[in-house]
Amino acid sequence: MKGYWKYFLNKLGWFVITFIFAFVLNFTLPRLMPGDPVAAIVSRLAQGMSNATGVQAIYQQYAELFGTNRPMHEQFFIYVRNVFRGDFGFSFSQYPRPVAEVLGASIWWTIALQFPAILVGWIIGNTLGALAAYLKGGFDKVLMPVSIFVSNFPPFGMAVILLAVFGVTLKWFPIAGGYGFDLIPSFSWNFIWSVFVHYQLPFWSIVLIAIGGQAIGMRSMAIYELNADYVKFSRFMGIKDRKIIGYVFRNAMLPQITGLALSIGTMVGGALVAEIVFSYPGLGYTLMNGVMGQDYPLISAATLIITIMVLTANFVIEILYGIIDPRIKAAQSEQ
Amino acid sequence: MKHTLRQVFRSGKFLFGFSIFVGLLLIVIIYPLLVPDDPLRIIGQGTFFPPGIYVNTYDSVNAATKYTLNLPEADVRRIESRLKQEDRLAMREWLTAAGIPESEIDIEDTERLLTLWNNNFDPKKSIPGMTNARRNYFIRLNNALKGLATSGDLILASKQAESGTLEETGIIKDTDYVNVSEVANVRVLVLGTDNFGRDMLTELVTATRVSLQIGFVAGLIATLIGLTLGLLAGYVGGLVDDIIMFFTNLFTVIPGFVLLILISYSIGQEQRGAFTVATVIGFTSWVWTTRAVRAQVVSLRNRDHVNLSKLSGHSIPHIILHDILPYIASYVVMALILQISSGILAEAGLSILGLGPKTTEVPTLGLMMRWAMIYQAHIQGNWWAYLPVLVTIALITFSMNLMNTGLDQVFNPALRD
Repeated sequence: MKGYWKYFLNKLGWFVITFIFAFVLNFTLPRLMPGDPVAAIVSRLAQGMSNATGVQAIYQQYAELFGTNRPMHEQFFIYVRNVFRGDFGFSFSQYPRPVAEVLGASIWWTIALQFPAILVGWIIGNTLGALAAYLKGGFDKVLMPVSIFVSNFPPFGMAVILLAVFGVTLKWFPIAGGYGFDLIPSFSWNFIWSVFVHYQLPFWSIVLIAIGGQAIGMRSMAIYELNADYVKFSRFMGIKDRKIIGYVFRNAMLPQITGLALSIGTMVGGALVAEIVFSYPGLGYTLMNGVMGQDYPLISAATLIITIMVLTANFVIEILYGIIDPRIKAAQSEQ
Repeated sequence: MKHTLRQVFRSGKFLFGFSIFVGLLLIVIIYPLLVPDDPLRIIGQGTFFPPGIYVNTYDSVNAATKYTLNLPEADVRRIESRLKQEDRLAMREWLTAAGIPESEIDIEDTERLLTLWNNNFDPKKSIPGMTNARRNYFIRLNNALKGLATSGDLILASKQAESGTLEETGIIKDTDYVNVSEVANVRVLVLGTDNFGRDMLTELVTATRVSLQIGFVAGLIATLIGLTLGLLAGYVGGLVDDIIMFFTNLFTVIPGFVLLILISYSIGQEQRGAFTVATVIGFTSWVWTTRAVRAQVVSLRNRDHVNLSKLSGHSIPHIILHDILPYIASYVVMALILQISSGILAEAGLSILGLGPKTTEVPTLGLMMRWAMIYQAHIQGNWWAYLPVLVTIALITFSMNLMNTGLDQVFNPALRD
């Protein structure tokens, strides 16, 4: 157990370092660009908003909140303090709502949509890939080209096609939003059913994309493992086929878990764009509205939250990986 | 080298992907020579004209020769095309209400529907439960249907310049035809027009070219950075390796998409040309190449031929160029292909978010997708505005990944099945 503790601390250290680095990037990147972002914001505000007092109020509040007139390092500490208080300022495009409120409303939609979808896609994809490697023949011949094609499809493309087929043509599912536009969020059957129905298309579009990529990866891992020496040795030993396959797929599964940890950032990015297609009230859609409304505080906070989500997911996967993979436990306890 | 190439081209997967890709390239190169239009010129007044052949009405009325064809089915067809779906549904509603069994009514079969209607419709018949307004609607519908059936000649008239009176210049009978090849202005819009009224096909071809260029520039930048860093980290090792790997590990976890959003937004809409976007994509996606190259170089570093080269007193650049690069060339090419296809996807994703290249210069596949989404082509069922774009993107990435899989099987014999 001591070995695992070490592994955990190591990963935790990396998590903290990456987090700080991402945080600094989130702060500096917009400020590194030619031109002062605040000056740009003011000029944009002048043409964008009709509410003159609102403009004035935001600008003053913004300048005060982020200390834009002060030197860079002071600005940074003001930024850190604000973020830890959960204070991201007011949203430009949805004034007078604070950014924290706008994002607080959308983040749960994204979490509830993406993580189950990625997980389900990962499980189905791996099962199919393992089956393809084991059964070979016709199943493999059909599954592989389909998987390759599907995984090369852009996530938003899958979303558009599902929407056009099942939403617009067949009218099985609603085409936009997270729940019926005539409903008020509440704990009624009506509302829950509406959320459930609206959930289906975005969910399956993400799942389908994930299945393709995972199936391909799992198949080649499993083929590699099936040809490994220990499999032949176990066969000579007379161990039952069923048991050998258990070993093989457990071994093939492990790199797939690391693969999930590494690709989760890309997947979330793709799924965010898929959200836009469905006008799903999550972070992706909010981000697009932020871009359209030239809403700098909203974009900055949204990207920070997406980064935190991805980093945390990554961290959790690596922690679980340490528990599952016997080799890591062995390596750690030897030291 | 020659042997490797021959081997690569013998791989079925590679060849298949390669032919799709070359096909796309040829279209992109040849089409603009045949149709040298400006892809962003607005030709249609209105949004989303469906694909088809557009014949100029003015020119066909004034065509030099008129032909008379007596086709028996012309009348029925004419009515068929004018009878709207809602009228058909209304006719069915009245007929079922009047007691005609539903199995006899087929609203797709215009001829039968009309006979059924003419035989049964009686304006005086009162149907229980029908309001007066509705009854009047059916009477109006009946009159309109009569108007459809009676086909009189149309008179062409022109206004006289001095008096302003109309003067008859010709008569058009319902049996008059023109030969399409004799009409001066016929425009074939293979994929219709988009929301701005631009020719979709011309726009799509240009967009494919620009997107390929973006992908290529992004891929090249990412591969160059990745190759340099990977070589440095792998070959030099030590502190350099530690530092490079530290940053590589950081950027593996920090989602590149987020960095792309931040940078693109900070650059601002005005400064974002296609080339800038490509550069930004390149600078945010070098991580995977670095990792792959480093891993390869580390395993090569202590091979005998490299040690021999070191002993012979060759300089580091010489060793890298002659003893290391040839061994990792295949990986680098594969990484480049992957980077190109993911660069094209990244551009599309950015454009949908509204952070793509500025919209006034050139179309890209992502921008076309964004326009289709914003003008709700997918909800209105205007498939020609988004499906060809999606298919093109899918074909590009699919062909590149096939090439990659093919190359992988040639260079890693263990993967061959």
